[in-house]
Amino acid sequence: MADTGEGKKEETDYKRLHSFPLIRHTDMPEEMRVEAMELCVTACEKYATNNESAAKMIKEMMDKKFGSSWHVVIGEGFGFEITHEVKNLLYMFFGGSLAVCVWKCS
Amino acid sequence: ELKEEFTRILTANNPHAPQNIVRYSFKKGAYKPVGYVDQMAVHFSMNGNMIPKDSDEGRRQSIRSGSSAGRHNDFQIEKASVESSAVTSEEAEIKDEESTGDTKAAEEKETEEPGTTEAAETAEVEEPPPPKVKEQKLANQFNFIERASRTLNNPMRERACQSEPTPCKDFSDTVYQWKIYDAYMEELKEMEKSKEKEKPKAQVSKRQEEKKEKKKKKGRKLTSLEIQVSDDMNKISRAAKLMERMVNQNTFDDIAQDFKYFEDVSDEYRNQQGTLLPLWKFKYGKTKRLAVTAISWNPKYKDLFAAGYGSYDFMKQGEGMLVLYTMKNPSFPEYVFSSESGVMCLDFHNDHPNLMAVGFYDGTVAVYNLKKATSQPSYKSGAKTGKHTEPVWQVKWQKDDMDNNLNFFSVSSDGRIVSWTLVKNELVHTDVIKLSAKGTTMQGPEGLQLQTFGCGTSFDFHKKIDWLFLVGTEEGKIYKCSKCYSSQFLDVFEAHQMAVDSVSWNPYHLKVFISCSSDWTVKIWDHTIKTPMFVYDLKCAVGDVAWSPYSSTVFAAVTIDCKAHVFDLNINKYESLCNQLVVVRKKNKATHIQFNPVYPVVIVGDEHGHVTSLKLSPNLRKMPK
Repeated sequence: MADTGEGKKEETDYKRLHSFPLIRHTDMPEEMRVEAMELCVTACEKYATNNESAAKMIKEMMDKKFGSSWHVVIGEGFGFEITHEVKNLLYMFFGGSLAVCVWKCS
Repeated sequence: ELKEEFTRILTANNPHAPQNIVRYSFKKGAYKPVGYVDQMAVHFSMNGNMIPKDSDEGRRQSIRSGSSAGRHNDFQIEKASVESSAVTSEEAEIKDEESTGDTKAAEEKETEEPGTTEAAETAEVEEPPPPKVKEQKLANQFNFIERASRTLNNPMRERACQSEPTPCKDFSDTVYQWKIYDAYMEELKEMEKSKEKEKPKAQVSKRQEEKKEKKKKKGRKLTSLEIQVSDDMNKISRAAKLMERMVNQNTFDDIAQDFKYFEDVSDEYRNQQGTLLPLWKFKYGKTKRLAVTAISWNPKYKDLFAAGYGSYDFMKQGEGMLVLYTMKNPSFPEYVFSSESGVMCLDFHNDHPNLMAVGFYDGTVAVYNLKKATSQPSYKSGAKTGKHTEPVWQVKWQKDDMDNNLNFFSVSSDGRIVSWTLVKNELVHTDVIKLSAKGTTMQGPEGLQLQTFGCGTSFDFHKKIDWLFLVGTEEGKIYKCSKCYSSQFLDVFEAHQMAVDSVSWNPYHLKVFISCSSDWTVKIWDHTIKTPMFVYDLKCAVGDVAWSPYSSTVFAAVTIDCKAHVFDLNINKYESLCNQLVVVRKKNKATHIQFNPVYPVVIVGDEHGHVTSLKLSPNLRKMPK
């Protein structure tokens, strides 16, 4: 019992420690990347329980700022194969267990 | 209930027409209702056979009908038939026109006409063709004449254009929890590493910024340019360096062979005398006007040596340079540092062979770090930080002090021997000794006793006894001092008549040291005895003297007349074994000489900025038994 309790505590600690956003792959220009990252972090924190709303928020804001047809996937375990416009892809981890993939393709 | 009145409204709306038709709009991306719905309801439709009279078909038919009617009447009376046929045709036509709206009449007429045409056709065969004058259009209110015209429309042309599709790339990946975890773990490790590196770097970068602010703009621009250039060249620098060395080796092949293998066989016949075989000559274009003021070998890389450039002439002081050559590349130096004032002396640190202490003509001392890419010194003393007021003649590294800080000593004409410690980012100075010239206390105003200071020109620390060192002065005295006593000397030697140019302890004999001076003499002393053990008169001012690292009895001296003298006390106590012109140019003076710690090579610096390397012949290299 003590072990599992400790295990849980470690997990939450780890999640807290690793709450920083970690970019895995991107080919966006500097300012776009920074904005997109901040947007993702805000959205994921706001809708921590609901991936769909977070994704919706991110997609709408990106459409407004950078032009139409962005696609957003947020989840903890998925595989993907996408076609994206060059210099419009961001793939990052956040919060220790979430992965966010944002790309533009009309 | 029966009396209830029902109102019935008669509207023109079609009850069967739907009221809520919706159409999909692609523009909006949604369904939108259609406002107006067609209310027309068709009850009966039938395709009729009526053709307008003026159309092609109508005219053809009327011709046919007119001609057949005429032929039919010709049977009986020709003329009358013509007229009557004309009349009948007219009548027919009139009737035709009158009854256009009447379907029945039209039908009759039509039935009539086909009948007549058939009869006409049969009659045609027998009778001649009827006259064709009957076509007369009667103008009445029902006869319309149509006129139309049309402007010339430009022909239509199709043009199409398509923009290039935005470039797209594919990307795929899978998200697993363990991938996320691993990525975060790695990132944390990197962050910790970078934090550790940051701590010392932050200080170094801060200090560098301060130094840069103090420097002139020129210096700053140079460093930034250097960094840019080095970025591009970095990729091939190593290859280029090797190539350069190989090319040099090929060019100077014979010298390299001599250096390695040549042993002067004629030494056997020379009766103990030896020779110096000239090897490479090192020169660098920018040091043409400068004299070699100091040379020193690197303790770690036995082929690397540093030469300091400056000027001994009081009137002609300019900038200085610090150049490092390697014997592997005689045509171009490895490192070049330039400075604002002439370099007077330099010393490599024994344990940190990348650190060099340098003393300048303007009294500043600096420490250069060869590992850093900048051409500026890592540390430099300034007027505020206790620099000397006179040229610094010699610097020497000491063992690390108790706090493990690097420190070195410097001696200068202002009579101070100062110890400099590299504390974090700065050079901290401590006056060790002030050389007071004894017997020259003067009576200043108001009865003060002024001490005039002697001018130190060279010093050397004992190899084993750490605190013991010797200082040679411009007055020709040599003081034996200790680091512990700051005002008193342990001993004074009345050594020379003129300034002592160099003092040096014997590396093997712990009590013996050698000194040379501009009064043409080289003297060997035992530090316990006041008078010299040996005195050599070289008939010309001696610039420098050095002990050899391989033998306790061999030393070399170089004189102003470009000659090098090598002595071996074991063999000949009174005369030099070799007395040779080493620097050929006219108006040149040899300034310094140094033995290579490993190879049997000496390097001699001269006033024209050249460094000549020479190999010692076997007779000069005899090791004592």
